[in-house]
Amino acid sequence: MSQGLNRIALATLAFVLAAVWGLPFLYSIWTAFHPEKYSANFVWNAPLTLSNFTEAWKAAPFALYFLNTVILITTVLVANLILCTLVAYAFVRYRFRWAGILFSFVMVQLLISPEILIVENYLTLSTIGLTDTIIGIALPYLTSAFGIFLLRQTFMTVPKSLDEAAQIEGASAWRVLWTVYVPLARPVYLAYGLVSISFHWNNFLWPLIVTNSPEVRPVTVGLSVFATVESGIEWSLVNAATLMTTAPLIIAFLIFQRQFVANFMRTGIK
Amino acid sequence: MNMRLSYGMRLILLVLPCSLLVAFTHFPALKALLNSFWNNASSFRPSRFVGLDNYETLLEDDKLMQVLVNSLIYAIGTVPLAIALAIGMALLVNSKFPATSLMRLSFFLPTMLPMVAVANIWLFFYAPGIGLASQILSFFGLPSINFLGRTETSLFSMMVVAVWKEAGLFMIFYLAALQSIPTNLKDAARLEGAGSVRIFFDVVLPLLRPTTIFVAVNALINAFRLVDHIVVMTRGGPSNSSSLLLYYIYEVTFGFRDFAYGATLTVLMVVILGILAAVQFWILDRKAHYQ
Repeated sequence: MSQGLNRIALATLAFVLAAVWGLPFLYSIWTAFHPEKYSANFVWNAPLTLSNFTEAWKAAPFALYFLNTVILITTVLVANLILCTLVAYAFVRYRFRWAGILFSFVMVQLLISPEILIVENYLTLSTIGLTDTIIGIALPYLTSAFGIFLLRQTFMTVPKSLDEAAQIEGASAWRVLWTVYVPLARPVYLAYGLVSISFHWNNFLWPLIVTNSPEVRPVTVGLSVFATVESGIEWSLVNAATLMTTAPLIIAFLIFQRQFVANFMRTGIK
Repeated sequence: MNMRLSYGMRLILLVLPCSLLVAFTHFPALKALLNSFWNNASSFRPSRFVGLDNYETLLEDDKLMQVLVNSLIYAIGTVPLAIALAIGMALLVNSKFPATSLMRLSFFLPTMLPMVAVANIWLFFYAPGIGLASQILSFFGLPSINFLGRTETSLFSMMVVAVWKEAGLFMIFYLAALQSIPTNLKDAARLEGAGSVRIFFDVVLPLLRPTTIFVAVNALINAFRLVDHIVVMTRGGPSNSSSLLLYYIYEVTFGFRDFAYGATLTVLMVVILGILAAVQFWILDRKAHYQ
């Protein structure tokens, strides 16, 4: 009896916490889908509208911002997948002097990440003339210690007999990598890809520092510029723009919810 | 395996990828240290060696003191709260109540959003008069509070935003850990007459310790390197009450164009993170027991 009551109390607590947690986001949705005069006025039959979205879309070059973000995350992802694979392969398959020290040297990036080195990295970019370019935003992130760590852990679990069998058949180092190691690490590539995409889609401070012109701005920077430049801007437009710029991620999450959660868990557990 | 690495392969596998890493991690960290001993160049004179001058400025910088205290309060306030909430959420979601997937969505969604979007959502939430926070207060007959515009509440308001954004991510890690706890351990405890509370504190919580250490380390590092919401919501204000170390570095360097002092502050940041890492290794060595 008291067990049942406890359960009901806990279920209520869970429901209340989830509802409170959802409030800020739901409020933003309410405002985005209603005319300005209902933005802080809850009437159940208030008319729904999409005009906030169309107006926000016309007020700033969001299509361009989206394109820039897609170029940015593709560049970073492709470079990460290739470069991290190469380094991890070297650490797992070969023996060379100072391998241990070199590995800890690489892992330093986990702690001292590009986010806190904005001052000097900006100076480096201006020296080589790459400020205000998409490649400039991507450069500090092209090799990732996290990716190297993850792939090294995975490559270490590949059975040596497979590698040796491939060698006996005369496969070169590149062929062994491509036909033995890479296929076996496919789930890790997927997991890493999802984490990398969501990180770089969301990244803000560094792109804000590096970019000046709308032609290279990613979505996050574009959104913040849109929401602050015109100070008299309506809240309904800001909320519509906020939802619009995050919609691809939210929709992707709703579709791949199960995989997303599983992959976040996999990358979290070392 | 353990084959020898030819020089050609060494170049492609290690030197090329790692040189990029060094150029944007180790090189800038060392360069910050070097630049912290020089002053800023101006149009009529080049920068010159000034020894420890920048560090003297740093010691006498009252604003920096306030920023460091803010960062400390921010870290100590957000990390344990986010962890406690994440454990609570994971337990609730794990209890197989009705509508569990909807709850999980509600907890996890903020994690998926960019911090800039989160900041916009909360900017509106906090907006005096029109925001939901004000409306809830006035519903209870309380006066509206300008959460972001007052020195007493601005930092606290930023901490709420950070907890809201991060707790859902940590919940996922705890969910994974909870599901890996063998049920026979709990059954055995129950057979011995332990209640649910006792089981949680004596069986479940100790088994979650590795997860807690992992999450705490990540949360702590994030508390120092994620300031997007400060940039969007308060710009460190009013009068620096919500400024954090990384935001201060950003402000000094790109607002006041003081690159030499920015480099000095970067060195301070690296030292702080280094100390955190050392403490982390020490704790991991002593406490964590992975199977």
